[in-house]
Amino acid sequence: MGRNNLVINISDLCYSYPGGKKVLDNLDLELCKGQKLGLIGPNGGGKTTLFHIIMGLLKPSSGCIEIFGQPVINEKDFKKIRQKIGFLFQDSDDQLFSPTVLEDVTFGPLNLGKGKNEAIKTAKKTLKFLGLSGFEDRVTYKLSGGEKRLVSLATVLAMEPEILLLDEPTTGLDDATRTRIMDLLAKLPITMIMISHEINFLEKITDSIINLEKGKLLIDKEFYIHTHPHTHHYGSHLHRREV
Amino acid sequence: MIEEISLPDSFLEQIDPRVKLIIVFLFSIVMAASYRFTTLITALFISILILLTGKVPLKEIFKRLIPVNTLIILLWLILPFSVKGDPVFFMGPFTATKAGVIYTAQISIKSNAMMLILIAVIASTRIFTIGHALHKLGIPTKLVQLFFFTFRYIHVIYREYLRLLNAMKIRGFEPRTNLHTYKTFAYLVGMLLVKSSDRAKRVHNAMLCRGFNGRFYSLSNFSITKKDLFFLFLMTSFIIFLGVIEWAGITW
Repeated sequence: MGRNNLVINISDLCYSYPGGKKVLDNLDLELCKGQKLGLIGPNGGGKTTLFHIIMGLLKPSSGCIEIFGQPVINEKDFKKIRQKIGFLFQDSDDQLFSPTVLEDVTFGPLNLGKGKNEAIKTAKKTLKFLGLSGFEDRVTYKLSGGEKRLVSLATVLAMEPEILLLDEPTTGLDDATRTRIMDLLAKLPITMIMISHEINFLEKITDSIINLEKGKLLIDKEFYIHTHPHTHHYGSHLHRREV
Repeated sequence: MIEEISLPDSFLEQIDPRVKLIIVFLFSIVMAASYRFTTLITALFISILILLTGKVPLKEIFKRLIPVNTLIILLWLILPFSVKGDPVFFMGPFTATKAGVIYTAQISIKSNAMMLILIAVIASTRIFTIGHALHKLGIPTKLVQLFFFTFRYIHVIYREYLRLLNAMKIRGFEPRTNLHTYKTFAYLVGMLLVKSSDRAKRVHNAMLCRGFNGRFYSLSNFSITKKDLFFLFLMTSFIIFLGVIEWAGITW
Protein backbone atom coordinates (compact mmCIF):
# COMPACT_ATOMS: atom_id res chain seq x y z
CA MET A 1 0.00 0.00 0.00
CA GLY A 2 2.00 2.95 -1.20
CA ARG A 3 1.04 6.58 -1.01
CA ASN A 4 -0.54 6.34 -4.46
CA ASN A 5 -3.23 4.22 -2.96
CA LEU A 6 -4.22 6.82 -0.40
CA VAL A 7 -7.78 7.96 -0.96
CA ILE A 8 -8.20 9.99 2.20
CA ASN A 9 -5.29 11.69 3.91
CA ILE A 10 -6.05 13.85 6.89
CA SER A 11 -3.38 15.56 8.92
CA ASP A 12 -3.38 17.73 12.03
CA LEU A 13 -7.12 18.11 11.97
CA CYS A 14 -8.65 20.14 14.79
CA TYR A 15 -12.28 20.94 15.38
CA SER A 16 -14.02 22.72 18.20
CA TYR A 17 -17.73 23.21 18.67
CA PRO A 18 -18.91 26.77 18.76
CA GLY A 19 -18.57 27.43 22.45
CA GLY A 20 -15.14 25.98 22.76
CA LYS A 21 -15.23 22.23 23.42
CA LYS A 22 -12.46 20.58 21.43
CA VAL A 23 -13.78 17.48 19.65
CA LEU A 24 -10.92 16.65 17.30
CA ASP A 25 -7.39 17.32 18.45
CA ASN A 26 -4.58 17.17 15.87
CA LEU A 27 -6.01 14.06 14.33
CA ASP A 28 -4.29 12.16 11.54
CA LEU A 29 -5.93 9.55 9.39
CA GLU A 30 -4.92 7.75 6.24
CA LEU A 31 -7.26 5.55 4.31
CA CYS A 32 -6.11 3.39 1.42
CA LYS A 33 -8.06 2.23 -1.56
CA GLY A 34 -10.03 -0.92 -0.79
CA GLN A 35 -9.54 -0.58 2.93
CA LYS A 36 -12.45 -1.16 5.25
CA LEU A 37 -11.90 0.73 8.45
CA GLY A 38 -13.96 0.44 11.62
CA LEU A 39 -14.29 3.41 13.92
CA ILE A 40 -15.29 2.96 17.53
CA GLY A 41 -15.28 5.34 20.43
CA PRO A 42 -17.40 6.85 23.15
CA ASN A 43 -20.46 8.95 22.42
CA GLY A 44 -19.50 12.52 21.73
CA GLY A 45 -16.00 11.38 20.84
CA GLY A 46 -16.09 13.12 17.47
CA LYS A 47 -16.76 10.19 15.12
CA THR A 48 -19.75 11.74 13.37
CA THR A 49 -18.03 15.12 13.42
CA LEU A 50 -15.10 13.58 11.55
CA PHE A 51 -17.48 12.29 8.85
CA HIS A 52 -19.15 15.67 8.58
CA ILE A 53 -15.77 17.32 8.12
CA ILE A 54 -14.76 14.83 5.42
CA MET A 55 -18.00 15.62 3.58
CA GLY A 56 -17.49 19.36 3.99
CA LEU A 57 -20.61 19.82 6.11
CA LEU A 58 -18.52 21.21 8.96
CA LYS A 59 -15.49 23.42 8.63
CA PRO A 60 -12.44 22.32 10.64
CA SER A 61 -10.65 24.85 12.85
CA SER A 62 -7.35 23.80 11.32
CA GLY A 63 -5.72 20.93 9.48
CA CYS A 64 -5.39 19.56 6.03
CA ILE A 65 -7.65 17.17 4.14
CA GLU A 66 -6.63 15.47 0.93
CA ILE A 67 -9.08 13.28 -0.91
CA PHE A 68 -8.02 11.30 -3.98
CA GLY A 69 -4.69 13.10 -3.78
CA GLN A 70 -6.23 16.56 -4.03
CA PRO A 71 -6.55 19.03 -1.17
CA VAL A 72 -10.18 19.90 -0.45
CA ILE A 73 -10.70 23.32 1.05
CA ASN A 74 -13.77 25.19 -0.14
CA GLU A 75 -17.37 24.27 -0.94
CA LYS A 76 -16.54 23.88 -4.62
CA ASP A 77 -13.93 21.18 -3.88
CA PHE A 78 -16.33 19.41 -1.54
CA LYS A 79 -19.15 19.46 -4.09
CA LYS A 80 -16.91 17.46 -6.39
CA ILE A 81 -15.86 14.91 -3.78
CA ARG A 82 -19.42 14.44 -2.51
CA GLN A 83 -20.16 12.78 -5.82
CA LYS A 84 -17.56 10.15 -5.05
CA ILE A 85 -18.13 9.67 -1.33
CA GLY A 86 -21.38 8.19 -0.11
CA PHE A 87 -22.47 9.11 3.40
CA LEU A 88 -25.07 7.02 5.21
CA PHE A 89 -26.64 9.08 8.00
CA GLN A 90 -27.35 7.71 11.44
CA ASP A 91 -31.05 8.49 11.17
CA SER A 92 -32.71 7.28 7.98
CA ASP A 93 -35.47 9.86 8.36
CA ASP A 94 -32.84 12.50 7.65
CA GLN A 95 -31.84 10.79 4.47
CA LEU A 96 -35.16 9.87 2.92
CA PHE A 97 -37.13 12.94 1.99
CA SER A 98 -38.89 12.05 -1.24
CA PRO A 99 -42.43 10.72 -1.21
CA THR A 100 -41.53 7.41 -2.84
CA VAL A 101 -38.55 5.09 -2.75
CA LEU A 102 -37.83 5.38 -6.48
CA GLU A 103 -37.81 9.17 -6.37
CA ASP A 104 -35.46 9.12 -3.42
CA VAL A 105 -33.03 6.65 -4.97
CA THR A 106 -32.96 8.52 -8.30
CA PHE A 107 -32.33 11.86 -6.55
CA GLY A 108 -28.55 11.32 -6.39
CA PRO A 109 -28.03 10.00 -9.93
CA LEU A 110 -30.16 12.86 -11.34
CA ASN A 111 -28.02 15.36 -9.44
CA LEU A 112 -24.97 13.75 -11.01
CA GLY A 113 -26.42 14.74 -14.38
CA LYS A 114 -27.83 11.40 -15.47
CA GLY A 115 -30.91 11.33 -17.66
CA LYS A 116 -34.24 10.27 -16.23
CA ASN A 117 -34.27 6.81 -17.78
CA GLU A 118 -30.68 6.13 -16.88
CA ALA A 119 -31.31 7.26 -13.30
CA ILE A 120 -34.30 4.96 -13.01
CA LYS A 121 -32.24 2.10 -14.42
CA THR A 122 -29.44 2.70 -11.89
CA ALA A 123 -31.97 2.99 -9.07
CA LYS A 124 -33.66 -0.26 -9.98
CA LYS A 125 -30.33 -2.04 -10.28
CA THR A 126 -29.29 -0.79 -6.84
CA LEU A 127 -32.61 -1.76 -5.28
CA LYS A 128 -32.27 -5.22 -6.79
CA PHE A 129 -28.76 -5.58 -5.43
CA LEU A 130 -30.07 -4.79 -1.95
CA GLY A 131 -32.97 -7.19 -2.33
CA LEU A 132 -35.47 -4.36 -2.50
CA SER A 133 -37.02 -5.04 -5.90
CA GLY A 134 -40.66 -4.06 -5.85
CA PHE A 135 -40.09 -1.24 -3.36
CA GLU A 136 -40.07 1.46 -6.05
CA ASP A 137 -43.50 2.87 -5.36
CA ARG A 138 -43.49 2.39 -1.60
CA VAL A 139 -44.01 5.54 0.43
CA THR A 140 -40.79 6.29 2.30
CA TYR A 141 -42.28 7.33 5.63
CA LYS A 142 -44.32 4.15 5.82
CA LEU A 143 -41.30 1.82 5.62
CA SER A 144 -40.19 -0.08 8.69
CA GLY A 145 -36.96 0.92 10.43
CA GLY A 146 -34.95 -1.82 8.73
CA GLU A 147 -36.41 -1.08 5.32
CA LYS A 148 -35.67 2.62 5.79
CA ARG A 149 -32.03 1.84 6.53
CA LEU A 150 -31.75 -0.42 3.47
CA VAL A 151 -33.39 2.18 1.23
CA SER A 152 -31.08 4.85 2.64
CA LEU A 153 -28.17 2.62 1.72
CA ALA A 154 -29.67 2.28 -1.76
CA THR A 155 -29.87 6.08 -2.14
CA VAL A 156 -26.18 6.29 -1.33
CA LEU A 157 -25.06 3.33 -3.44
CA ALA A 158 -27.05 4.52 -6.47
CA MET A 159 -24.48 7.30 -6.83
CA GLU A 160 -21.82 4.62 -7.33
CA PRO A 161 -19.46 6.08 -4.75
CA GLU A 162 -15.80 5.15 -4.45
CA ILE A 163 -15.79 5.62 -0.70
CA LEU A 164 -18.56 4.92 1.79
CA LEU A 165 -18.88 6.62 5.16
CA LEU A 166 -21.34 4.69 7.31
CA ASP A 167 -22.55 6.21 10.54
CA GLU A 168 -23.80 3.38 12.74
CA PRO A 169 -25.42 1.45 9.89
CA THR A 170 -26.83 -1.26 12.12
CA THR A 171 -27.85 0.59 15.25
CA GLY A 172 -31.42 -0.05 16.29
CA LEU A 173 -32.05 -2.86 13.82
CA ASP A 174 -33.20 -6.39 14.50
CA ASP A 175 -30.81 -9.29 14.07
CA ALA A 176 -32.09 -10.35 10.66
CA THR A 177 -31.77 -6.87 9.12
CA ARG A 178 -28.46 -6.32 10.84
CA THR A 179 -27.05 -9.52 9.37
CA ARG A 180 -28.47 -8.60 5.97
CA ILE A 181 -26.78 -5.20 6.01
CA MET A 182 -23.53 -6.66 7.29
CA ASP A 183 -23.47 -9.29 4.52
CA LEU A 184 -24.11 -6.62 1.91
CA LEU A 185 -21.37 -4.39 3.28
CA ALA A 186 -18.89 -7.27 3.41
CA LYS A 187 -19.72 -8.05 -0.21
CA LEU A 188 -19.23 -4.48 -1.46
CA PRO A 189 -15.83 -3.90 -3.03
CA ILE A 190 -15.81 -0.27 -1.90
CA THR A 191 -13.43 1.56 0.41
CA MET A 192 -15.30 2.37 3.58
CA ILE A 193 -15.15 3.80 7.06
CA MET A 194 -17.78 2.52 9.42
CA ILE A 195 -18.76 3.91 12.79
CA SER A 196 -20.26 1.36 15.14
CA HIS A 197 -20.46 0.40 18.77
CA GLU A 198 -20.76 -3.24 17.85
CA ILE A 199 -17.23 -4.51 17.82
CA ASN A 200 -18.21 -8.05 16.77
CA PHE A 201 -19.70 -6.82 13.57
CA LEU A 202 -16.84 -4.48 12.83
CA GLU A 203 -14.51 -7.43 13.18
CA LYS A 204 -16.41 -9.40 10.59
CA ILE A 205 -16.40 -6.65 7.99
CA THR A 206 -13.51 -4.32 8.49
CA ASP A 207 -9.84 -5.08 8.19
CA SER A 208 -8.82 -2.66 10.91
CA ILE A 209 -10.52 -0.96 13.81
CA ILE A 210 -9.45 2.24 15.45
CA ASN A 211 -10.69 4.04 18.49
CA LEU A 212 -11.51 7.74 18.39
CA GLU A 213 -11.34 9.08 21.88
CA LYS A 214 -10.71 12.52 23.29
CA GLY A 215 -10.22 13.86 19.78
CA LYS A 216 -7.44 11.47 18.84
CA LEU A 217 -7.23 8.15 17.07
CA LEU A 218 -5.94 5.42 19.32
CA ILE A 219 -4.97 1.90 18.55
CA ASP A 220 -4.54 -0.60 21.28
CA LYS A 221 -2.07 -3.28 20.19
CA GLU A 222 -3.00 -5.81 22.84
CA PHE A 223 -6.62 -5.54 21.96
CA TYR A 224 -6.05 -6.15 18.27
CA ILE A 225 -3.77 -9.13 18.67
CA HIS A 226 -6.66 -10.87 20.36
CA THR A 227 -9.50 -9.65 18.29
CA HIS A 228 -8.23 -9.05 14.83
CA PRO A 229 -5.46 -10.80 12.98
CA HIS A 230 -5.44 -8.48 9.95
CA THR A 231 -4.82 -5.25 11.76
CA HIS A 232 -1.11 -5.29 11.14
CA HIS A 233 -1.64 -4.84 7.38
CA TYR A 234 -2.79 -1.34 7.93
CA GLY A 235 -1.35 -0.70 11.31
CA SER A 236 1.42 1.31 9.77
CA HIS A 237 -1.05 3.77 8.30
CA LEU A 238 -2.46 4.76 11.64
CA HIS A 239 -0.57 7.41 13.43
CA ARG A 240 -0.24 6.50 17.04
CA ARG A 241 -0.24 9.59 19.09
CA GLU A 242 -1.40 8.16 22.32
CA VAL A 243 -2.00 4.73 23.76
CA MET B 1 -57.23 14.33 4.92
CA ILE B 2 -53.65 13.97 3.76
CA GLU B 3 -53.77 10.18 3.89
CA GLU B 4 -54.29 8.75 0.44
CA ILE B 5 -56.44 5.74 -0.26
CA SER B 6 -55.51 3.62 -3.19
CA LEU B 7 -58.35 3.08 -5.60
CA PRO B 8 -57.19 1.14 -8.59
CA ASP B 9 -59.24 0.84 -11.73
CA SER B 10 -61.66 3.66 -11.05
CA PHE B 11 -62.45 6.00 -13.91
CA LEU B 12 -61.23 9.00 -11.94
CA GLU B 13 -57.93 7.34 -11.14
CA GLN B 14 -57.06 7.19 -14.83
CA ILE B 15 -57.73 10.87 -15.48
CA ASP B 16 -54.68 13.11 -15.82
CA PRO B 17 -54.15 14.78 -12.41
CA ARG B 18 -53.73 18.17 -14.07
CA VAL B 19 -57.20 17.91 -15.55
CA LYS B 20 -58.58 16.98 -12.15
CA LEU B 21 -56.88 19.94 -10.46
CA ILE B 22 -58.18 22.38 -13.06
CA ILE B 23 -61.70 21.06 -12.61
CA VAL B 24 -61.56 21.30 -8.81
CA PHE B 25 -60.25 24.85 -9.11
CA LEU B 26 -62.95 26.01 -11.55
CA PHE B 27 -65.69 24.18 -9.67
CA SER B 28 -64.68 25.75 -6.35
CA ILE B 29 -64.65 29.27 -7.80
CA VAL B 30 -68.13 28.93 -9.29
CA MET B 31 -69.41 27.31 -6.09
CA ALA B 32 -67.97 30.01 -3.87
CA ALA B 33 -69.72 32.66 -5.94
CA SER B 34 -73.10 30.90 -6.21
CA TYR B 35 -76.09 31.46 -3.92
CA ARG B 36 -79.11 30.07 -5.75
CA PHE B 37 -80.35 26.80 -4.33
CA THR B 38 -80.93 25.45 -7.84
CA THR B 39 -77.25 25.88 -8.63
CA LEU B 40 -76.05 24.61 -5.29
CA ILE B 41 -78.20 21.51 -5.22
CA THR B 42 -77.40 20.61 -8.84
CA ALA B 43 -73.70 20.98 -8.02
CA LEU B 44 -74.00 18.88 -4.87
CA PHE B 45 -75.81 16.20 -6.82
CA ILE B 46 -73.14 16.14 -9.55
CA SER B 47 -70.27 16.07 -7.07
CA ILE B 48 -71.85 13.05 -5.38
CA LEU B 49 -72.12 11.38 -8.79
CA ILE B 50 -68.46 12.05 -9.54
CA LEU B 51 -67.42 10.78 -6.14
CA LEU B 52 -69.36 7.56 -6.79
CA THR B 53 -67.40 6.93 -9.99
CA GLY B 54 -64.26 7.18 -7.87
CA LYS B 55 -65.35 4.12 -5.85
CA VAL B 56 -64.30 5.83 -2.63
CA PRO B 57 -65.52 3.80 0.38
CA LEU B 58 -68.41 5.52 2.19
CA LYS B 59 -66.58 5.32 5.49
CA GLU B 60 -63.67 7.32 4.08
CA ILE B 61 -66.02 9.92 2.65
CA PHE B 62 -67.75 10.46 5.99
CA LYS B 63 -64.48 10.52 7.86
CA ARG B 64 -63.24 13.30 5.63
CA LEU B 65 -66.48 15.24 5.80
CA ILE B 66 -66.40 15.38 9.61
CA PRO B 67 -64.00 18.34 10.04
CA VAL B 68 -65.79 20.65 7.62
CA ASN B 69 -69.21 19.73 8.99
CA THR B 70 -68.13 20.27 12.57
CA LEU B 71 -67.45 23.83 11.53
CA ILE B 72 -70.81 23.99 9.80
CA ILE B 73 -72.61 22.84 12.97
CA LEU B 74 -70.98 25.75 14.76
CA LEU B 75 -72.23 28.04 12.00
CA TRP B 76 -75.76 26.69 12.47
CA LEU B 77 -75.53 27.57 16.14
CA ILE B 78 -74.49 31.14 15.47
CA LEU B 79 -75.40 32.41 11.99
CA PRO B 80 -79.22 32.00 11.93
CA PHE B 81 -79.41 34.10 15.08
CA SER B 82 -77.02 36.80 14.05
CA VAL B 83 -78.32 37.77 10.59
CA LYS B 84 -81.06 40.42 10.54
CA GLY B 85 -84.42 39.58 8.91
CA ASP B 86 -87.89 38.08 9.46
CA PRO B 87 -88.00 35.88 12.56
CA VAL B 88 -88.65 32.16 11.95
CA PHE B 89 -88.31 30.63 15.40
CA PHE B 90 -87.11 31.51 18.86
CA MET B 91 -84.68 29.80 21.19
CA GLY B 92 -84.85 31.43 24.58
CA PRO B 93 -83.74 35.00 24.16
CA PHE B 94 -82.42 34.35 20.63
CA THR B 95 -84.35 34.85 17.41
CA ALA B 96 -83.53 32.90 14.25
CA THR B 97 -84.20 34.77 11.02
CA LYS B 98 -85.22 33.45 7.63
CA ALA B 99 -82.28 35.18 5.96
CA GLY B 100 -79.92 33.65 8.52
CA VAL B 101 -81.22 30.13 7.99
CA ILE B 102 -81.01 30.47 4.19
CA TYR B 103 -77.51 31.88 4.40
CA THR B 104 -76.31 29.02 6.62
CA ALA B 105 -77.99 26.44 4.37
CA GLN B 106 -76.18 27.91 1.34
CA ILE B 107 -72.84 27.69 3.10
CA SER B 108 -73.54 24.11 4.19
CA ILE B 109 -74.41 22.92 0.70
CA LYS B 110 -71.61 24.71 -1.13
CA SER B 111 -68.87 23.65 1.27
CA ASN B 112 -69.99 20.04 1.17
CA ALA B 113 -70.15 20.08 -2.63
CA MET B 114 -66.61 21.47 -2.79
CA MET B 115 -65.34 18.97 -0.23
CA LEU B 116 -66.89 16.05 -2.10
CA ILE B 117 -65.18 17.03 -5.37
CA LEU B 118 -61.92 17.52 -3.52
CA ILE B 119 -62.22 14.13 -1.82
CA ALA B 120 -62.92 12.52 -5.19
CA VAL B 121 -59.76 14.02 -6.64
CA ILE B 122 -57.46 13.50 -3.66
CA ALA B 123 -58.62 9.99 -2.98
CA SER B 124 -58.04 9.00 -6.58
CA THR B 125 -54.60 10.60 -6.89
CA ARG B 126 -51.40 9.92 -5.01
CA ILE B 127 -50.17 12.90 -3.05
CA PHE B 128 -46.87 13.18 -4.90
CA THR B 129 -48.64 12.95 -8.25
CA ILE B 130 -50.72 15.94 -7.18
CA GLY B 131 -47.47 17.74 -6.36
CA HIS B 132 -45.97 16.99 -9.75
CA ALA B 133 -49.21 17.96 -11.48
CA LEU B 134 -49.20 21.31 -9.61
CA HIS B 135 -45.65 21.81 -10.80
CA LYS B 136 -46.59 21.04 -14.41
CA LEU B 137 -49.45 23.51 -14.12
CA GLY B 138 -46.98 26.27 -13.43
CA ILE B 139 -47.17 26.49 -9.64
CA PRO B 140 -43.73 27.81 -8.48
CA THR B 141 -41.21 25.06 -7.68
CA LYS B 142 -40.67 26.38 -4.17
CA LEU B 143 -44.33 26.00 -3.28
CA VAL B 144 -44.44 22.48 -4.71
CA GLN B 145 -41.32 21.53 -2.73
CA LEU B 146 -42.90 22.98 0.39
CA PHE B 147 -45.91 20.78 -0.29
CA PHE B 148 -43.71 17.67 -0.66
CA PHE B 149 -41.62 18.36 2.42
CA THR B 150 -44.69 19.11 4.49
CA PHE B 151 -46.19 15.81 3.46
CA ARG B 152 -42.99 13.93 4.18
CA TYR B 153 -42.06 15.50 7.50
CA ILE B 154 -45.42 16.12 9.08
CA HIS B 155 -45.39 12.46 10.07
CA VAL B 156 -41.89 12.65 11.44
CA ILE B 157 -42.78 15.70 13.52
CA TYR B 158 -46.01 14.10 14.65
CA ARG B 159 -44.10 11.02 15.83
CA GLU B 160 -41.68 13.30 17.61
CA TYR B 161 -44.64 15.00 19.28
CA LEU B 162 -46.07 11.66 20.40
CA ARG B 163 -42.70 10.62 21.79
CA LEU B 164 -42.42 13.80 23.83
CA LEU B 165 -46.01 13.47 24.97
CA ASN B 166 -45.38 9.89 26.09
CA ALA B 167 -42.23 10.98 27.88
CA MET B 168 -44.38 13.44 29.79
CA LYS B 169 -47.12 10.91 30.49
CA ILE B 170 -44.86 8.20 31.88
CA ARG B 171 -43.63 10.66 34.44
CA GLY B 172 -47.14 11.24 35.63
CA PHE B 173 -48.00 14.40 33.73
CA GLU B 174 -51.69 15.18 33.62
CA PRO B 175 -52.90 18.32 31.88
CA ARG B 176 -54.75 20.62 34.28
CA THR B 177 -55.68 24.23 34.31
CA ASN B 178 -52.57 25.50 36.00
CA LEU B 179 -49.30 27.20 35.31
CA HIS B 180 -47.36 23.92 35.43
CA THR B 181 -49.46 22.54 32.54
CA TYR B 182 -49.05 25.68 30.45
CA LYS B 183 -45.34 25.71 31.06
CA THR B 184 -45.00 22.04 30.16
CA PHE B 185 -46.89 22.52 26.91
CA ALA B 186 -44.76 25.54 26.12
CA TYR B 187 -41.68 23.34 26.58
CA LEU B 188 -43.23 20.71 24.35
CA VAL B 189 -43.90 23.19 21.55
CA GLY B 190 -40.48 24.78 21.98
CA MET B 191 -38.78 21.39 21.89
CA LEU B 192 -40.69 20.46 18.74
CA LEU B 193 -39.59 23.68 17.04
CA VAL B 194 -35.95 23.13 17.97
CA LYS B 195 -36.07 19.50 16.91
CA SER B 196 -37.76 20.32 13.61
CA SER B 197 -35.17 22.97 12.86
CA ASP B 198 -32.37 20.51 13.64
CA ARG B 199 -34.06 17.94 11.50
CA ALA B 200 -34.31 20.41 8.62
CA LYS B 201 -30.60 21.07 8.90
CA ARG B 202 -29.76 17.36 8.84
CA VAL B 203 -32.03 16.70 5.88
CA HIS B 204 -30.39 19.56 3.99
CA ASN B 205 -26.97 18.13 4.79
CA ALA B 206 -28.05 14.70 3.60
CA MET B 207 -29.27 16.28 0.37
CA LEU B 208 -25.98 18.13 -0.10
CA CYS B 209 -24.14 14.83 0.32
CA ARG B 210 -26.10 13.48 -2.59
CA GLY B 211 -25.12 16.32 -4.86
CA PHE B 212 -28.17 18.56 -4.36
CA ASN B 213 -27.73 21.79 -6.31
CA GLY B 214 -31.08 23.45 -5.82
CA ARG B 215 -32.81 21.62 -8.63
CA PHE B 216 -35.50 19.04 -8.24
CA TYR B 217 -36.24 16.52 -10.92
CA SER B 218 -39.58 14.96 -11.55
CA LEU B 219 -39.96 11.37 -12.64
CA SER B 220 -43.59 11.55 -13.62
CA ASN B 221 -44.68 11.75 -17.19
CA PHE B 222 -48.11 13.13 -17.83
CA SER B 223 -49.79 12.79 -21.17
CA ILE B 224 -53.22 14.04 -22.08
CA THR B 225 -55.37 11.34 -23.65
CA LYS B 226 -58.68 11.60 -25.47
CA LYS B 227 -60.38 10.42 -22.30
CA ASP B 228 -58.86 13.33 -20.35
CA LEU B 229 -59.96 15.83 -22.97
CA PHE B 230 -63.45 14.38 -22.97
CA PHE B 231 -63.65 14.58 -19.17
CA LEU B 232 -62.27 18.11 -19.17
CA PHE B 233 -64.79 19.16 -21.82
CA LEU B 234 -67.68 17.49 -20.00
CA MET B 235 -66.81 19.00 -16.65
CA THR B 236 -66.07 22.49 -17.95
CA SER B 237 -69.38 22.52 -19.82
CA PHE B 238 -71.09 21.45 -16.61
CA ILE B 239 -69.35 24.17 -14.61
CA ILE B 240 -70.28 26.78 -17.22
CA PHE B 241 -73.83 25.42 -17.08
CA LEU B 242 -73.81 25.95 -13.30
CA GLY B 243 -72.65 29.51 -13.85
CA VAL B 244 -75.44 30.09 -16.36
CA ILE B 245 -78.10 28.81 -13.93
CA GLU B 246 -76.69 31.06 -11.24
CA TRP B 247 -76.41 34.28 -13.16
CA ALA B 248 -79.26 33.91 -15.61
CA GLY B 249 -81.56 33.00 -12.75
CA ILE B 250 -82.94 29.79 -14.25
CA THR B 251 -85.08 27.74 -11.85
CA TRP B 252 -86.87 24.45 -12.12
